[in-house]
Amino acid sequence: MKKRRIFSLIAASVLGCTCMTGCGGDKKELIKVGIINNDPNESGYRTANDKDLKAAFTKENGYDAQFSYGKTNDEQMQYAQKYIQDDVDYLLLSAAGTAGWDGVLQDAKKAGVKVILFDRVIDADESLYEASVVSDMEKEGETAVEWLKAQNLSEYNIIHIQGEMGTAAQIGRSGALDKTASELGWNIVSQQSGSWSAENAQQIVQAVIDSSKPFNVIYAENDDMAKGAVTALDKSNISHGVGKDVIVMGFDCNKWALKELKEGNWNYDGQCNPFQSSYLIDIIQKLEKGEKLAEKTIIMEEKGFDAATITQEDVDQYGIGE
Amino acid sequence: MGEKTVLELRGISKAFPGVKALQNVDFTLHTGEIHALMGENGAGKSTLIKVLTGVYERDEGQIYLHGDHSKSVQIHSPQDAQQAGISTVYQEISLCPNLSVAENIYLGRSEGRLISWRSMNKKAAKLLESLGIAVSPSQQLAGCSIAVQQMVAIARAVDMECSVLILDEPTSSLDEHEVAKLFRLMRDLRERGVGIIFVTHFLDQVYEVCDRITVLRDGRLVGSYDAEALPRVELVSKMLGKELDDMADIKSEIPASADDKTVPVYEAENLCSAEGIAPFRFYIRRGEVNGFTGLLGSGRSESVRAIFGADKVTSGTVRVNGKPVRIHRPIDAMRAGIGYLPEDRKRDGIIGDLSVRDNIILALQVKRGFFRPFSRAQKIRFAEKYIKLLDVKTASVNTPIKSLSGGNQQKVILGRWLLTEPQYLILDEPTRGIDIGTKIDIQKLVLKLASEGMSVTFISSETDEMLRTCSRLLVMRDRRLVGELTGDQLTQQSIMKTIAGGDGA
Amino acid sequence: MTAKPNRSGAGAFFAGLLRHQIMIPLAAMLLLTIFHLIVDRSFFSISLMHNVNGDPVLTGSIISVIDSGSELAILAIGMTLVTAASGGQDISVGAGIAISGSVILRVLCGTNPSPEHMQAPIIVAFLIGCLAAAACGAFNGALVAFFRLQPMVATLILFTAGRSIAAWVNNNRLPVVNDIEFKYFGGYIPGIPIPTPFLIAIVCFIVTWAMLKFTNIGLYAQAVGINEKTSRLNGLNPAVIKLTAYVILGLCVGVCGLIKTSRVGSINYSVIAKDIEMDAILAVALGGNALSGGKFSMSASVLGAYVIQYLTTTLYSLNVRPAAISAYKAVVVILLVVCSAPAVREKFSRLMKKARAGKPSGSAA
Repeated sequence: MKKRRIFSLIAASVLGCTCMTGCGGDKKELIKVGIINNDPNESGYRTANDKDLKAAFTKENGYDAQFSYGKTNDEQMQYAQKYIQDDVDYLLLSAAGTAGWDGVLQDAKKAGVKVILFDRVIDADESLYEASVVSDMEKEGETAVEWLKAQNLSEYNIIHIQGEMGTAAQIGRSGALDKTASELGWNIVSQQSGSWSAENAQQIVQAVIDSSKPFNVIYAENDDMAKGAVTALDKSNISHGVGKDVIVMGFDCNKWALKELKEGNWNYDGQCNPFQSSYLIDIIQKLEKGEKLAEKTIIMEEKGFDAATITQEDVDQYGIGE
Repeated sequence: MGEKTVLELRGISKAFPGVKALQNVDFTLHTGEIHALMGENGAGKSTLIKVLTGVYERDEGQIYLHGDHSKSVQIHSPQDAQQAGISTVYQEISLCPNLSVAENIYLGRSEGRLISWRSMNKKAAKLLESLGIAVSPSQQLAGCSIAVQQMVAIARAVDMECSVLILDEPTSSLDEHEVAKLFRLMRDLRERGVGIIFVTHFLDQVYEVCDRITVLRDGRLVGSYDAEALPRVELVSKMLGKELDDMADIKSEIPASADDKTVPVYEAENLCSAEGIAPFRFYIRRGEVNGFTGLLGSGRSESVRAIFGADKVTSGTVRVNGKPVRIHRPIDAMRAGIGYLPEDRKRDGIIGDLSVRDNIILALQVKRGFFRPFSRAQKIRFAEKYIKLLDVKTASVNTPIKSLSGGNQQKVILGRWLLTEPQYLILDEPTRGIDIGTKIDIQKLVLKLASEGMSVTFISSETDEMLRTCSRLLVMRDRRLVGELTGDQLTQQSIMKTIAGGDGA
Repeated sequence: MTAKPNRSGAGAFFAGLLRHQIMIPLAAMLLLTIFHLIVDRSFFSISLMHNVNGDPVLTGSIISVIDSGSELAILAIGMTLVTAASGGQDISVGAGIAISGSVILRVLCGTNPSPEHMQAPIIVAFLIGCLAAAACGAFNGALVAFFRLQPMVATLILFTAGRSIAAWVNNNRLPVVNDIEFKYFGGYIPGIPIPTPFLIAIVCFIVTWAMLKFTNIGLYAQAVGINEKTSRLNGLNPAVIKLTAYVILGLCVGVCGLIKTSRVGSINYSVIAKDIEMDAILAVALGGNALSGGKFSMSASVLGAYVIQYLTTTLYSLNVRPAAISAYKAVVVILLVVCSAPAVREKFSRLMKKARAGKPSGSAA
């Protein structure tokens, strides 16, 4: 009996030592990061975003990263609590909904976990997070609407296909159009929510075609819905694209969408930059070194692509997906 | 027995699509009286009760309470009936098996919003005691025997201080002991001045406990009589509307033990099912009618269910016509030419929402196969054949079977199995809830089928029925087969003795 | 007992029809049609045009209804059988469509998510997609039939995990099929101006009719749904019948997967067929079928599906605000479902009988 106990004690301590040496790595420790994102299957944008983060936060690059996905705030908050308990160094968050995060952020602060937001802003006091790398959806909308204004059409009859109502992307992109349309007296022929679905967009546009109301612009708040809209146009043999009857606008800059732009079938695509990892890593490095950040909120530069001026490099460089 | 009338029905009429259930029926009930309501199936007894209790809306007629002829009472719903002081205990217990006894008694009748469980249980205990019902108020109803459940239902009715208590076939599932208790309760209530309407098929019971008898036939009133003044035979003939043939003796002509050398149609050794009956040996020959007898719960139904494969068979060898077969599921038994009319027709017998036609052809259809459905015309032909043969009263072949009376439902299920032309038919309580005329018809039918070569196993709680039809009786006690009676041994006495045991039987 | 004499011929037929549950979806269609006739006749105009490839296509709001309603109608078939036999509903059909669609695209695209040409014949991809969907159906069916789980609980598993499985099938990438032949199934076959989804739906209706006529599935499903114990004692195997119903729904899901992916040539795992299970259940309820199982009318469910689509297209054509669309749809649906509930219909027919009985004309009772 005694022999056994001594033996197991020795074995345990040997194991323990090897564990500790294994964990530590050769030179320095890995930075522990907890990353909470939205559903990666939600859109091409999100898939690219997720891939980008996974590619950046690897062990080789010096990070011990865990990924969690939640469709709602509640789900995400659960993961957040878990990461805080796991004592991560950094918590990276793309929130599902903008409100209600104060409690969790304060817990993180107390535990000494540094929070960095990405992709979207949330309604919380700035002191509760270190930095944020976001897309300004409003700006995306404004860029698009500016471009539309610059087309100098004699009249504007717009089919406005909105995203899932209440989402940050929809609010931003719709807001810009609504504002300018009312200012300049543009005619919104139809304003319906396609809920990000190509099929719904197709039905919406088909309904307008069937009602024989004239239109010359389709403002679709993401590429999938623009695709659906185009299917309806093709069915009725309504020409669209550069120099044609109907202007087609989309968002997200999927590679296949930019191809459509290059081929002149669509007119405009607004970028929603999913590649935030480089900004995030930059911030983390700075914080590790103890430097102060120049800006708390980094708004990513996002362009709008015009079919008339887009190049193959643009497609290769900025197109999301494959 | 008072002479004051507590309930008077005048000129009640009620019709359904295609069927006139009641035509101009009168009925009078006095206070402190036990009044039997009798009639064949489809005579209108159930309909009359349902009109009284608000389940159906009467088409014509008046209802007067407590002798007050100035206004006719309107009963539109069961609540109205309750408030008028009319309580009912139905044939199929309509209580909640998952609730306790006390909860069932006070279901839907709590005063105020909050329920005090303790006071409810106390009140229930007092009530049960005063009625001589030995059960704990907190016991779950499903755990009580059918007899006790029935008495709880009566206790509920009594507690609602009814002046009229309707008992619809209360004794169908009770044994002698329990029936005696029930009658004690009924007499007690009679002393208290309650008017009791007792709907039943059992002649003996009617004469044992009732003061007056009302007979319905084909939806019309035949008459109301004092029980003492009406001989049995006359009562039955009034119910049937014709001179009754002798129902005392219709014994078959087939010798009790057929040729012993013939191979039995069905034979089983060590047959045992998951329902806990002891392994038993059983056989039946061509053209033979045998039966299982014993007290309630002795395992008769379980035995025949094991034969049919209705329960999980755990051991035993079975031979049909000498060849070994595996009967583990009903379809195996059906393919071997066996048919089974179950004891509980509502739970195991009918498919309520389906039509009479679909219920009749179901077993034969399943036997025939998935890819060979009968044509609509064929189905109607089959259905009409058996509706005619068994005199089933239904508006059409397409009527949902649940709207037929209990006895007619039973006939439909019998027709279903006859249609499969089985070589061996098992009938478990085929005459329960059926009027006398039909009972006799069924017994005659059984004997006729046997004479044509069908083997029949007959189970009934009425031993005289069994004695009239069976040539061999298997006696069961406490879930084991304890004896077999043939020939001269087939008397009430020897049955009782064998059931009781103690004689080395 | 005397029976009333049957009314003859056409009178009896219409009286019977009026009592049949199919009246509810028919009445709803009638109401919507009358609404359009009053408000906007052009809803019914159909024109023959040519699409961008030069093929003839029929176009018009009614065409949109029968086109977009096809998937729902096909699902309603399977959902009716599942409801009848198991007394519950399968809420995983949306996820199932995601899975089968993903499988179809995987077979067509191979490892490259955006190939120049399809890597396999469409028929092969379709069959494999149906197999995958039938497997999902069998999974659900086994849980319900053998493990005796409540249908909604059992199908919750695929409802939750199904779309992730669909994404996994394609390694989380978004495959795109560019071949024009593939889009025929969700669009138009050159030379045939009727939308292909509708033609596919018609084929499914014919197959279903044959199935109900030449096998006993209808009778068995009803028997098992109404009274399982009795069905067993009549030789049926309730577990097998329930399983069969779920597998049939799985096949319907497979067909819908083809149509949906063919409409756009690609897939989005979270968005495809989103919430279609609710509409499918609704179609069954709108058809007057009891959601607790038992007797059913297949044609009423299919009509119910088209009523839902009719309503949706109507609301789009009226350019109702997006927030309001859900509200209007909800109100109409609640009204319809209440009217088609068996209890309400019984009460209504009782009232009708009373009204008729109150009339002095007619023979003496």
